Order: sequence, then C-alpha cells, then structure tokens
Amino acid sequence: MDELSQMIHDYVIKEYLEEGSDQEIGETTPLITGGIVDSFSMVSLKRFLEKKCSIRIPDEDATPAAFDTIQSIAGLVRRFQAQQVGV
Amino acid sequence: MSHLLTCNELTNDFEWFIAERELGIRKGDLINIGSMCSDRLCDLGLSSRPALIWEDYQGNQKRYTFGDLRRLSNSIASFIVALGVQPAERVCLFMDRVPELYIGFLGILKTGAIAQPLFSAFGEESLFVRLQDAGTTAIITQKKHLHKIRNIRQQLPLLRHSIVVDINEADLQQTEVSLRMDKLPAAEDLAVYPTTAESPSVLHYTSGTTGQPKGAQHVHYSIVSQYLTSKRALDLQPDDVYWCNADPGWVTGTSYGIIGPWSNGVTQVVLDSGFNAERWYGFIEKQHVSVWYSAPTAIRLLMKEGAEIIRRHDLSSLRHLASVGEPLNPEAVIWSEEVFGKPFHDTFWQTETGCIVITNLPGMPIKPGSMGKPFPGITATVLDTKTYEPLQQPGIAGLIALRPGWPSQIRGYWKNDAGFKAKFKNGWYLCGDRASIDADGYFWFMGRDDDVINTGGHLVGPFEIESALLEHPAVAESAAVAKPDPVNMEVVKAFVTLKSGFTPSDDLELEIMNRIRKRLSPLAMPQEIEFVDSLPKTRSGKIVRRILRCKEFNEPVGDISTIMEE
Repeated sequence: MDELSQMIHDYVIKEYLEEGSDQEIGETTPLITGGIVDSFSMVSLKRFLEKKCSIRIPDEDATPAAFDTIQSIAGLVRRFQAQQVGV
Repeated sequence: MSHLLTCNELTNDFEWFIAERELGIRKGDLINIGSMCSDRLCDLGLSSRPALIWEDYQGNQKRYTFGDLRRLSNSIASFIVALGVQPAERVCLFMDRVPELYIGFLGILKTGAIAQPLFSAFGEESLFVRLQDAGTTAIITQKKHLHKIRNIRQQLPLLRHSIVVDINEADLQQTEVSLRMDKLPAAEDLAVYPTTAESPSVLHYTSGTTGQPKGAQHVHYSIVSQYLTSKRALDLQPDDVYWCNADPGWVTGTSYGIIGPWSNGVTQVVLDSGFNAERWYGFIEKQHVSVWYSAPTAIRLLMKEGAEIIRRHDLSSLRHLASVGEPLNPEAVIWSEEVFGKPFHDTFWQTETGCIVITNLPGMPIKPGSMGKPFPGITATVLDTKTYEPLQQPGIAGLIALRPGWPSQIRGYWKNDAGFKAKFKNGWYLCGDRASIDADGYFWFMGRDDDVINTGGHLVGPFEIESALLEHPAVAESAAVAKPDPVNMEVVKAFVTLKSGFTPSDDLELEIMNRIRKRLSPLAMPQEIEFVDSLPKTRSGKIVRRILRCKEFNEPVGDISTIMEE
C-alpha cells in the first residue's frame, strides 16, 4: 500500500473496527457495503481526510460509492489534491 | 398482475375485526405473535413456502421456509427456556441483520418472554442505558458485538446470559453460552407459552426530548394492526416477494420486517449490506422483489446515484413502493414515478403507534409531499397547541393526534407511567409532530413539536447526546439540536462551550465526534460541532435548544422574552 492508502487503512482500523476484531482490511475491502463504515460515520472519515490532506471534499462527492474502499477513497483524495495545485 | 385494490375497496366497511377473522382469532383466544408468524402458516399448508431469503454483501445466501421458521424458532425457544428465562423477562436481540435475529425474535415470543431488539450499531453507553432500564436478563448477540456487552456486564447484575450465535466454545467467558442455530436439536413441537392479547410482546426503545430513551411496551394483540396494514397499506399479497430495508432494531423492522409480512404468509428477502445502489438494484432484480418498503434517506441516496444504474437492471418485478421514517419530499415521489414507473407511497407512524396510521393507500391519488390520509380504523386530527381541540380550518398547523384504542397502540412506557400519561391530552394521543390538513383531508408534515432530532428516519434524543458530550474532559456545557441535511433530512449538530484550558480546534471536534459515535451510535454522532462562548438559556438556567435550532433552519425564533442576556 502507498503512504496515503496506509494512512486511510490505519485510521479505519483504529476508528471503525469493533474492539478485538481480527478482520483484515485490504485496499478493495468494501467498507460501506460491508457494514464497516456506515453512511453516518462517513462524515468523521471525510473530516479526517480533509484535515490530514488539507483538502475540501464537497458533500456531493462524498458518496457511499466514493467511500466504499480504501482504493476509491485514496482516488478521491488525490483528485482534490490535484485540483488544489491546479493540475 | 397488479393486486392493487381500489382505495374504496380498502376503506369501505373497514373494521379491525376483519384481521381477527382472517387470522382465525376468536374472543378470549390465546394470541402469540411468534406462533402466528410461523406455526399458523404451516397449519395452513404453507410449510414449504419460502419465508426468508437472506443474502449478505458478498452474495452468500440462506433460505428458510415457514416450516424452517417453525422448527428453528421452536428450537431457540427451547434453548432459552432451558437457560431458565421466564415469561415476561426481557431478552434482547443485538445482532446485524442475520437470520438468527429474525427467527430468534419469533423464538423469544414463543416462550412468553419480551423481545427487546436493539440496533447493533449502538455503542456501550446506548446499550447499557437500554439494558439497565429494561432489567434485561438475556441478550442474543454475535461475536463481533460481544466486547460491548463484556465491558458493561458488571454494571448489569440482572443480565444472566449472553447468548452468542457464532462463537467457538473455547472463546466463551463466564455467563456466555453458544447458540448455533443450524446445530440446535430439531424441535418439531413446542408448547408455546399461553400469551393472551394483552400479554407484553416487544419492548422498543425510543428517544424523547427529555431524559433517557423510553421503552415502548407492545402486546401480542398488535398483530391485528400489523397484519391488516401490511395487507392494505403495503398491499402485501401471498405471492409477493417483499423487501423491507429497515433493521429490526427499530420498530419498522419488527412491525413490517417480521410480524406484518410473515403473519400474511409472504416471502421476504433481507440484504445484510451497507448502502450500495448497484448492489440494491441487483438484489431487487435477482430476487424479483415486488413490494419494496424503504426510507427517504435511502431514496435520496439512490437519487444522488442517478438513473443510469437503474437502466442496467430489470426492475419490472416491482409493483408497489412505500416509504417510512420521515416525510418523503415531493422530488423523491416524482423521481420514483419517472425511474420506476410508480411512486413511493409515504407512510407515517411511530414506535408508539406500532403500525401505519396516516398513509398514501395503494390506488389513492398521491399529492407529492403529503403524508396521506388516516388509515381506515384510525381517527386522526391536528389539535390547537393551546386548547388541544381539533382544528376545524384546513391549512392551519397543529399537533398530530390520534384517538386512542387502535390494536397496536403501546400499552405504556416501561416503568414510566408519568411519561406515558403525558402523551395524552383532552382524550387524544399526541404524536409529537405538527402538521396541517388540507381541504381534501390530506395531512402535510410541518416538523417535530419538541427537540427530538429525526435523522435518517430515526429519532435521536438530545439529552443522551448532551450527557455523552459532557463526559468529554474538555466540554463544559452542551446542546444538541437538529441541522437540516439534504439526504438525511436532519443531522445532529452540537454546540459546546469548553472548560478553561481547552481551545477549539478541528482535531478536538473530530475527537469529540468519534467519541460520541463509539459511545452512543453513528446516528447520534454530531455531524458538526460549533464551539461557542455561551449557550442561550432561560432566566432559570435551562438551555433553550429552540433558539439554536431555529437559527440552523433559518426560522424565526419567536418569543424569547424569558431569555437571559447573553
């Protein structure tokens, strides 16, 4: 996993897995569909990403589909990081 | 083929007795919901009809007939009785949407114990409050949720048994037992406990403005309402395949996710998965869902995903769509007509009513945005806020009220007679919501009449959230109010003053948000925390949430003459 994906992975493990869970989370593990992160909890994950990555994710882009895997979240973050530097 | 009756056929000559006749209940008979949702269907020759088709997010599937429901609920009932659980004791169900939740519900009811379903996303604090209040003696759960129970068990001396449905024996701790539903001894016959119409059946916890959540007490006679409203408001027919999105931790998931469909002998499908539009449409197509009971929050999420996904699936099996939990906005009604060829029918009811009370009946002209009209057999009105008399003039906002006495009305709040009595004024039951009635008799929702937050169709009480906020070392005072949200209708927003030595920051906000999410639930998590220097209070020092709420909704604050100078 690259650094961004690892950061997201570690945060999901810390904040959203049940205590004592031995579930493995990979880059394509369904987080929303799999019930690990629900749509209400997405907001705190979005806040974390905005703060850590110095970006702003519009509400219309913060969809369950965009937050369903570490891979899709990392892609979303990179898109808004790129926008900020005008790429 | 459409089964939809005309609205007149649904309403003419209505009486609740129709349900008693169709269910074969005679005056003085014993009534047991668990038996009527399983054994009775087998007695009618439907043993081999599919009752539950369950699928998880990976596509793994399990199928149960009504014969399986009977045998497995008997087995679970026998297991519970063998532990020493007595009739009227509270047995909590604390699981994800797995088959053991649905079938366990029937099993508990067959023993005469009271089923207490709780949302599996509840954190320890929310779980503890509800188990303590109910004096719960047993809890059925999954390994993944067991840690929450282990962490609070010492503070619950009445909790004798933690029954775990997916654990290895070697991992059990004291007071824990393993229940593997598929390995239980078969129990073809069971002496179902002789519950009567007024025997307590289900205890559903619901949030209010003040204090901790209250246990709404239902009785076995509620099946009369749930059976008939399932048939006439949701149009459930014997050959339907029915999907109710609601979790049985909430009243929709029991009234219309277990009792309603199964008392009608209807096959229902369950998808144990988080929201995923592609997955949901694929599920409807694969299972040939004909009646779909969803919620405005989910519908708005589907709207956001767009119509292109729908075109990739054959949804022609859908015959009737209905919605519950919060008012369905007109755009959602119009959208569903465009993309599904039929509109979602809004239905209004609550934990305390036990069944749909105001609704858009199948075949009735829908006014997008309207709650509909009272279900036959329900007398509903809006009351003047000062005199509690029915308002006669159309279009004037008042308090939604029902004439007491419908079959599934709760019989009380658990150990809270005062709270229950406060729900009645001038001979009417107050729903806690405001609406107006137009000249055609359609009800139009205006909002809550109290400080309860309706987020994603679930009621969240501010007191519970504020209490949890105050537990954070940085927080001096707190107020939790509703904030408008385009998807969830409302979300929780917290206003917080900090103790000396703490400064507002994004990190602190996130830390507090996550703390509330884990202690209470994702629903209760403030989606925004505003750090303020002070909170608006009355001269007696009571925080006035209304002022904060009105600002969030851009509404006039009204009379604030009792407010202290800030």
